[in-house]
Amino acid sequence: MSSFNGQGVFKPWLPFTTLLRKEVLRFWRVASQTLLTPIITASLYLFVFGATLGERINVLEGFNYAQFVIPGLILMGVINNAFANCSSSLFMSRYLGGIVDLLVTPVSPPQFILAYTLAAMLRGLLVGLVTWLISTLFAELPWQSPLLAILMAILASFLFAQFGLIAAIYAKNFDTLSMYGNFLILPLIYLGGVFYPISILAAPWSNLSYLNPLFYLIDGFRHAILGVGDTSFGVAFGVSSLLAAVLFGWAAWLIGSGKSLRS
Amino acid sequence: MEKALHIENLSKSFASVPAVKDLSFDIEQGEIFGLLGPNGAGKSTTINMVSGISRIDAGRISAFGFDNRSQYQQTRRMLGVVHQEIVIDNFFTIDLALKLHAGYYGVEDDPKWRQELIERLDLGPHLGKVMLTLSGGMKRRFMIAKALIHRPRLLILDEPTAGVDVELRHNLWEFVREINRNGTTILLTTHYLEEAEQMCDRIAIMNHGELVALEPTRDLVRRLSRRSLKLWLDKPLESIPAELDSYHPRLEGHGRQLILCLPTDSGVSELLHQLSALHLGINDFETDQSGLEDVFLQLTRAGDA
Repeated sequence: MSSFNGQGVFKPWLPFTTLLRKEVLRFWRVASQTLLTPIITASLYLFVFGATLGERINVLEGFNYAQFVIPGLILMGVINNAFANCSSSLFMSRYLGGIVDLLVTPVSPPQFILAYTLAAMLRGLLVGLVTWLISTLFAELPWQSPLLAILMAILASFLFAQFGLIAAIYAKNFDTLSMYGNFLILPLIYLGGVFYPISILAAPWSNLSYLNPLFYLIDGFRHAILGVGDTSFGVAFGVSSLLAAVLFGWAAWLIGSGKSLRS
Repeated sequence: MEKALHIENLSKSFASVPAVKDLSFDIEQGEIFGLLGPNGAGKSTTINMVSGISRIDAGRISAFGFDNRSQYQQTRRMLGVVHQEIVIDNFFTIDLALKLHAGYYGVEDDPKWRQELIERLDLGPHLGKVMLTLSGGMKRRFMIAKALIHRPRLLILDEPTAGVDVELRHNLWEFVREINRNGTTILLTTHYLEEAEQMCDRIAIMNHGELVALEPTRDLVRRLSRRSLKLWLDKPLESIPAELDSYHPRLEGHGRQLILCLPTDSGVSELLHQLSALHLGINDFETDQSGLEDVFLQLTRAGDA
């Protein structure tokens, strides 16, 4: 047997890249659940709104309904999947006890957050990318500011990766975890302007919609693609960035303090 | 030489209930150290604080001179931990899980070393399986391989043989001795006291979160164990001679068996002289020595009293 005293050279970034690799492999190995299912869901939405009902609806001057709804559907895929990746991976680790394998290693809290976040962002952005590719069968988008659109998609995936981490730490069981998705994210998405511009709502609903943080993400993304939106891109980006910073600080504090992870 | 593990005034409570109270001990490099105690004694809590799974309320822990809070990355690189609970991750085959695990410790996967562990722990036929499909014994072996994949200097085994059959237990301990001979310090907890007695250079016994004994295994057993001498007499004895009172004698078998407690700190010459002078007519004799199990019960029951 070889000597046990010959530990290899310590590579400070290797714990991070290993955890990132593991997290990416985790969703990639069950791609039928993590990538294919959301893509099929998005395709069905695209078919319904792009090829059938969309022709009878007109909500934004100068654009058909498919052009209006596609940015929202892309971002919905990004948001749902970034959230699901972080929340399910971390919660399953906690639930099955596998997290202790990670807690005893030199992986630092910043590396922990970064690896989980980047894997979740990758999954969210992959679903968003494929949704856009499929959407080209139904409508062509004008792509007014592609870089700003990519920036908003990245910001949305980052923000919901942080929220996924937070939900996974606070969740006591699978029921409470699913409540975050079903009773918080889903209503906020549906009421945040994915399917309609909030300007068509009557008061007080249109005013209340400005309190929905997802409205700014969706509107900013649509603004960057179509060149028009319910609010200015600067406001949408500013509010979304602020929210992302708050959630990142919250997640960092939870992971750093070891809440629900270390007894 | 730095201590493999230094624990100083360590305390931990859960919901105001103390689990570990002002615990202090050191583990020397190269030794096999046993941490024993009944359920709830604080062994796993101590191990969890050493490995970083539990936060420390008070006191400090260092491994090979590195503080496990301020220098946690250096400390954790030194440690390999086999948890008491079987940890299951079904996303990866055990081969891939082993490849990934070294990376968490900041060291590149060493295929030669990985293969050595696979062969030594008989994991070869199971490499393509996920953990859920392995038998209990194989899961334990895999957990040991995972704990050793980064070549730790201190291997922590928390009840590694719980629920494992006799043959596998024997093989695992043989393997542990081998890696110890190759320079790895071992900290183990086990409920199999006979194994601890055979394996450990030193033993610490905890009860109610406190250390109740810490000695070289042989000294601990010798100091606290009770040796006895049983004599088969050719004629029944009606009363025990007063000369034997200091040996706490008792009669059994209708007066034909005389049992004497032997001193632990002196020889038996005097007793032999006395027995000879008493002309008892001895047909046969037998000596008996209590093991670690009795010592353990003495110490933990004394604490409960």
